[in-house]
Amino acid sequence: MNPLDRLQRLGAFALEHFRGWGHAAYFFFDLLRVLPQSLRRFGLIVDQIYAIGNRSLIIICASGLAVGFVLALQMYYALVTFGATETMGLIVNLALVRELGPVVAALLFAGRAGTSLTAEIGLMKAGEQISAMELMAIDPRARVLAPRFIGGIISLPILAILFSAVGIIGAWIVAVLLIGVDSGNFWSIMQTRVDVLRDVGNGIVKAFVFGIICTVVALYQGYETEATPEGVAYATTRTVVISSLWVLGMDFVLTALMFSTP
Amino acid sequence: MGRKGIETLVGGFVLLGLVGLVFLALQAANLGASGGGATYQVQARFDNIGGLKPRAPVRVAGVTVGRVKSIGVDPATFQGIVMLDIEKAYNFPKDTAAKILTSGLLGDQYIGLEPGGDDANLAAGDTIAQTQSAVVLENLIGQFLTSRADTAGTAGTAASGAKP
Repeated sequence: MNPLDRLQRLGAFALEHFRGWGHAAYFFFDLLRVLPQSLRRFGLIVDQIYAIGNRSLIIICASGLAVGFVLALQMYYALVTFGATETMGLIVNLALVRELGPVVAALLFAGRAGTSLTAEIGLMKAGEQISAMELMAIDPRARVLAPRFIGGIISLPILAILFSAVGIIGAWIVAVLLIGVDSGNFWSIMQTRVDVLRDVGNGIVKAFVFGIICTVVALYQGYETEATPEGVAYATTRTVVISSLWVLGMDFVLTALMFSTP
Repeated sequence: MGRKGIETLVGGFVLLGLVGLVFLALQAANLGASGGGATYQVQARFDNIGGLKPRAPVRVAGVTVGRVKSIGVDPATFQGIVMLDIEKAYNFPKDTAAKILTSGLLGDQYIGLEPGGDDANLAAGDTIAQTQSAVVLENLIGQFLTSRADTAGTAGTAASGAKP
């Protein structure tokens, strides 16, 4: 194949990629447009919060506990050489509330709730339920997509908060109960050095942004999938990969914006 | 599961999230400590504030009685102006001194107040007259080195003077 053809193929690939991004952005704005309509049927949103949020509780809490345990243990080994083990609680708290809570909760959310959303919408499309709705003059975006979007952006901040809280409790279990770090110091150093608005608040803002990203990617991949079983399977894996990459990229940008000054 | 069941569970989920948030804010962050009652504002001027930051504690005898509200510069005298929020429950005499101290050897800096003996108390908007600036490590080392050089120099001239 001559080089000019390769160049042409590369250009076509890049343009197709950008077209996809533009299509996804248009999809997002369309979702925002139908939001007020769907807010009137609050029962649908409650159903979605149950499916997305409640059902993810177990994995989020179990992972939070495990991450808290591991962080406390690793920080102990690192700090005991400096005799600074009292600051372990502070480090674990800041690591969880600023970074790990939102990011890991978002990654788990993308894996658990994102794939279920994509598969559900994809199978609705494959089973022609979306077309049937359009035939009955029901806007599928308002009826099906927007409640899931709102459910996602409500659920992920709550899940991130729970992840951080359970992680801190897990760190307390390891540090105070198992290792024997002083309990009073553990809490009081945290209480003086962690700022509610700056650390916890920024973590919640991050989780909200990640919620938008993960939910929109999941819904878009489901909506735009090929109406075949292979298409749906491919779409679910794409959801996880794209959500994870976006979450990690936006995490860097948000951290730089929020925490650049001490 | 019926309508009511799902709504109850979602309500429980949101409640759990709120409880987690309250736990994070009170137990694991500084909301409980700081939101405590009315304060009055007092000013203090320093030549060098060192590493003092806003929200640093103001302590008397080691007990926190207030917070640093803001730090600015006087464009005329180039002194640092520190605004302090002191809790209304505590009144200090007008000749109280403010020093910038460090908690521990390498810890954060805070403002320590040493009460004077005046009968009148500081009111809101007053300026603390006596202040002591933060200790700057480089100046301290410089002083130490020059004093060593001085003692070495005088010892040398004394020895050479005594010899012949």
